[in-house]
Amino acid sequence: MVTTLTRTVTEGADINAAVLDALAAIPDPELPMVGIVDLGMVHAVTVDGATIRVEVLPTFVGCPALDLIGASIRDGLAGFGREVVVEPTFAVPWTTDRITPAGRAALTRAGIAAPDDPAAVRCPLCGSDRVAMDSVFGPTQCRSLFYCRACRQPFEAMKPV
Amino acid sequence: MSIQALPDLAIVDLLWTLADDEFVIGFSDSEWTGIAPLLEEDVAMSSLAQDELGHAAALYDLLAGLTASDRDALAYDREADAYRHARLLDHGRGDWAMTIARRWLYETADAIRLDALAGGTWAPLRELIAKIQREERYHRMHVSTWFERLATTPGEPRDRLADALATLGPDASTVFTPLADETTLVDAGILAGTMRDQEAAWRATVEPVLAQHGLPTLPDAPAPLDGRGPGHGPAFDWLHGEFTAVRSADPGATW
Repeated sequence: MVTTLTRTVTEGADINAAVLDALAAIPDPELPMVGIVDLGMVHAVTVDGATIRVEVLPTFVGCPALDLIGASIRDGLAGFGREVVVEPTFAVPWTTDRITPAGRAALTRAGIAAPDDPAAVRCPLCGSDRVAMDSVFGPTQCRSLFYCRACRQPFEAMKPV
Repeated sequence: MSIQALPDLAIVDLLWTLADDEFVIGFSDSEWTGIAPLLEEDVAMSSLAQDELGHAAALYDLLAGLTASDRDALAYDREADAYRHARLLDHGRGDWAMTIARRWLYETADAIRLDALAGGTWAPLRELIAKIQREERYHRMHVSTWFERLATTPGEPRDRLADALATLGPDASTVFTPLADETTLVDAGILAGTMRDQEAAWRATVEPVLAQHGLPTLPDAPAPLDGRGPGHGPAFDWLHGEFTAVRSADPGATW
């Protein structure tokens, strides 16, 4: 029997729930404070007797972390005793709207503003709205550079896409 | 649409042009890494280059699927004459104004081309284009900010931009060089309009901006049929030597 799951479907046989739990524990290599499930990168999971197939949405087309994410998924699901197949797909575009509320909270706690319209970005350190974007491009493809005029700290924000 | 039903030769030709354009501009932009005029621009140009090379890699992957090859072989194992990028990208890095002028001409043209591909009937390309478009929006914001800044700052900034546009302008339309079999792509619904149609739409967006700023206008002649080579010239021959150096240092190695 083949069961197709998405991150929003957690019911089903025990193994399906266990696979989703295991996936939820896998961190993003560039944003290790957030899991790949909370980042909205897991498009679909298919479990059958021999195989676990995970379809992953790259956050950016040229995301250099994709191979690392694939390796983490294979490691994280190794205990299920099935072949793990990880496939990148553009079937739907990954967008920052896919990040869960828990994912946004985890980013903010780590000092990275959650993705918003630049005018709506708040300082993740002090909460002020007196912030200015220094550069839309940051240390990774998915982040921008900001400066907070209230607490006088630079910070990063996820780039809304 | 199944692969069997695709107009294979025409789509392979299209993918070469898309992938090679993104690959060559990505490599050209990466030449600013470490030496851009501002720290933020160092980061920005590196990030832009990474995006463009990522787009190229994904497009080479589609091509690899149709031609039973792999993306690295497609990207690196060709003689300079076999690359199908537009001549607009054959002028060497130049100064900052040259880079901004090239990016502005290319990104405005690429935006029109992406629109023409966005509703296509071949799902793998349509899905990839949808994702690429979300990233290119940032590229256009970046380059149009710089373009305006140089165009409206009298003296050296504006003079250098005008010089760069005078050099690049005659080659700008080559992004829309007609493809040998493009009517097949239009008929199959993969491409919304011919390259000539797209060129007309692009001119309607950029010519008023150039006129408004009193910058050099584009020559009237439409893209020449050999606008994508062969014969890319010494600047590309040098770049080709650079980007194939690692690959040819140890053929077949896995990095």
